[in-house]
Amino acid sequence: MGISILVAMPPKVRLVGRRLLQAVPALAGIVIVTFLLTRALPGDPAVYFAGPAADAASIAEIRKSLGLDQPLPIQFLAYLGDLVTGNLGMSISTGQPVLHEILTRLPASVELTLIALMMSIAIAVPLGVLAATRPDSWIDHLCRFVVTAGVSLPTFFTGLALVYLFYYLLGWAPPPMGRLDILYLPPAHVTGFYTIDSLLAGDIGAFGSALAHIALPALTLALFTLAPIARMTRASMLQVLGSDFIRTARAAGLSKRKVLFAYGFRNALLPVITTLGMVFSFALGANVLVEKVFAWPGIGSYAIEALVVSDYAAVQGFVLAMALLFVALNLTIDIVYTLVDPRLRLED
Amino acid sequence: MNRRDFLKAGTSVALGAGMLPFLKVLPASAAAADTLVVVIGSTINSLDLHRTGTNRPSYQVSVNCYDRLLTFGTKTMPDGSLSYDYSKLEGELAESWEIAPDGNSVTFKLKDATFWDGSPVTAEDVKWSLDRAVSVGGFPTVQMKAGSLEKPEQFEVVDAKTFKINFLRQSKLTLPDLAVPVPFIINSKVAKANATEKDPWAMEYLHRNPAGSGAYKVERWDPGQQLVYSRNDAWKGGPLPAAKRIIVREIPSQATRRALIERGDVHLSHDIPAKDAKELAALKSVKVVGTPIENCLHVLCPNLIFEPFKNKLVRQAIAYAVPYEEIHKNAAYERGAKMWGGASMEPTDIAWPQPFPYTTDYDKAKELLAQTPYKDGFEVPLSFDLGTASWGEPTALLIQEGLAKIGIKATIDKIPGANWRTVALVEKKLPLLLDNFGGWLNTPDYYFFWAYVKGNLFNASNYDDAEMMQLINETLHMPMDNPDYAPKIKRMIAKAFDDVPRIPLYQPYLDTAMRPGVEGYEFWFHRMPDVRTLTFKTA
Repeated sequence: MGISILVAMPPKVRLVGRRLLQAVPALAGIVIVTFLLTRALPGDPAVYFAGPAADAASIAEIRKSLGLDQPLPIQFLAYLGDLVTGNLGMSISTGQPVLHEILTRLPASVELTLIALMMSIAIAVPLGVLAATRPDSWIDHLCRFVVTAGVSLPTFFTGLALVYLFYYLLGWAPPPMGRLDILYLPPAHVTGFYTIDSLLAGDIGAFGSALAHIALPALTLALFTLAPIARMTRASMLQVLGSDFIRTARAAGLSKRKVLFAYGFRNALLPVITTLGMVFSFALGANVLVEKVFAWPGIGSYAIEALVVSDYAAVQGFVLAMALLFVALNLTIDIVYTLVDPRLRLED
Repeated sequence: MNRRDFLKAGTSVALGAGMLPFLKVLPASAAAADTLVVVIGSTINSLDLHRTGTNRPSYQVSVNCYDRLLTFGTKTMPDGSLSYDYSKLEGELAESWEIAPDGNSVTFKLKDATFWDGSPVTAEDVKWSLDRAVSVGGFPTVQMKAGSLEKPEQFEVVDAKTFKINFLRQSKLTLPDLAVPVPFIINSKVAKANATEKDPWAMEYLHRNPAGSGAYKVERWDPGQQLVYSRNDAWKGGPLPAAKRIIVREIPSQATRRALIERGDVHLSHDIPAKDAKELAALKSVKVVGTPIENCLHVLCPNLIFEPFKNKLVRQAIAYAVPYEEIHKNAAYERGAKMWGGASMEPTDIAWPQPFPYTTDYDKAKELLAQTPYKDGFEVPLSFDLGTASWGEPTALLIQEGLAKIGIKATIDKIPGANWRTVALVEKKLPLLLDNFGGWLNTPDYYFFWAYVKGNLFNASNYDDAEMMQLINETLHMPMDNPDYAPKIKRMIAKAFDDVPRIPLYQPYLDTAMRPGVEGYEFWFHRMPDVRTLTFKTA
């Protein structure tokens, strides 16, 4: 989709190009800061990975094999050299190449986050719109209640509560043991999203299992992300509905539906989209605890584990991947913006 | 209807094409009966124990997929549960073994065993594997050294089925050290075919592709998710295991692990927290087996390079100010053997660990402290490893309370895992800390070697005593039936009582929860699930 937009609208290509260029210094900064930050972490990875009963000689040996005996600038150059060749290094805590770990784990997190966001949008946007059109009605109170509950319940609590109710007590949900039932093998890797890959493979059973397994973690995350979306929809809808052009539209005798959706909602959508971008990024962060509760093999739990044991390569790779993801996300949001916002039809 | 009922009831109707991947190997009707599901809390990061950075959960691959020359026997504990038996060595790959009359070497006759690829296990393979263990450096090499197995020249191929180890010194630790997870026997033909000039020991290859002769092969490994074992029907190392396939799933959240075992979706949950163990043990639907971990203690270490703790009376005062009973109740949930309240300052036997002659007695503690320059107390940070917070946190709080009663103000300092090893064990610069150490080789002198010798890793107290050092040096390799052994060990323990550089709190349990139909669970010193002996019926 992104490509066709770029081709069809040359001025927007320039807009996008400029945005891309703006991202370059940010990325360079991230590379440097991550490198320095990981070195500033407390703890000596060589000592940790030398394992139980290691003596000074074996610790020194490991320090050498990790390249940690070199001065910082040399380590940094080596790191840059590796980056250029697409080598993110070897994660010593999981024993796998970092790039491979990220490529297998990122889709799990993104799939979870996207499904959660879809659920959350499906509930929050109508809720916000209804609350805005009927201020102080029961639905407005409901919206306020949901928003308060959503922000005040920590995700691991919601997750555990849902597991307790739907798995432990009722037995409706499958065991919270990851992305698929024990009996299924993961479908062939195409997108990395099990729900899509299993369909592509024509494996209905695995699709059902993947869907069943993602339901509770996605719901947990959706409950968490509901609040800002609902609140923003409500606020922005209230503001738009109170503005002059709505009054004019109403005075012109347009139907209530037309006023609400064609004029009101479309204009109110802009801040909601911005909020979505932010929500997506902090949902990826909130994933960590949800992933732990549901044994979800995603990127969040991986990063935390790596951080705890000072696994430099893994932490650097994770931060870099996230930075790229956010740059891409912001770009996408800018593009969506230009499509939705009539005022942004720049001819440059 | 739970998953297993579903499987039994619905094999013909409900199983669509989705089941196919597994059905190819095994009919689904048999899956429930043949497959055992185990859950663990942490990740398996390598299939090769010798690799740098391989973590403890990965040691189970060495146990379940590889054979060693020797293994330990099995004994029944007083409560009817099973444990490995340190006193009984048995052959795993070795048909028999014989110590030379001069006591300077041992010769093994190998069984007619084969590797998974069908090739015979030869003395060449044994030599290559032991050479690897003593050469790769790091933990495997250090562990081999504990058994005086230090250089490749010690290992000799006599003929295809005969293998000889020449001793550097006669030591009672050598043969038991051959039965720990480290000296596992690798298919050297496969390994060499995948070795490179830069990687002569095939570390890259064996990290992902085990090549052994053990009871189970690795069917698949999804790092961070699961390890699937499938049975090697031609195993010669011991009786054929009951389960054809064993799925080991990693479930990081312990609340989730508990829900899974309670609901009956998994057969066994390995190494559960003490609190869960206490509560689950009260249920009928779950069986909990807790075994005191041999040669392992949770201890409070005053660091002797800090001024107050140089004074023996201060250390003894602290030992009298620890609320042992409360710690046992509220931090260990009574899942631990008591290590306080011993009868006398002189040990009557050489059992280790055994209760220290201290109890909670604040008056006595104050009295002792009054004889030192610190009668008005002092301030000290009390540190623990965040990775062991489940017992460390309540224990630290209770000790803080106890010390406050004799005027010592302890501030609690939580240190994250990666940093812990560096500051606590390598630099040894924490003044007062909670520590846990358990030795793999179950003799008192081995524990004392690691924890009471200056400079050794687990001596976080910086304890340095000439007599103790001499006693340890004399007993470490001495046979236990030597008439000098028992008196020397008693003297060692008496010194540990009196000098208290380490104050034992309790001996922890390894707790494991399983479905009532699961039998044959056996405790091992390496604290990893040995799945080879498990039998089960689907209830």
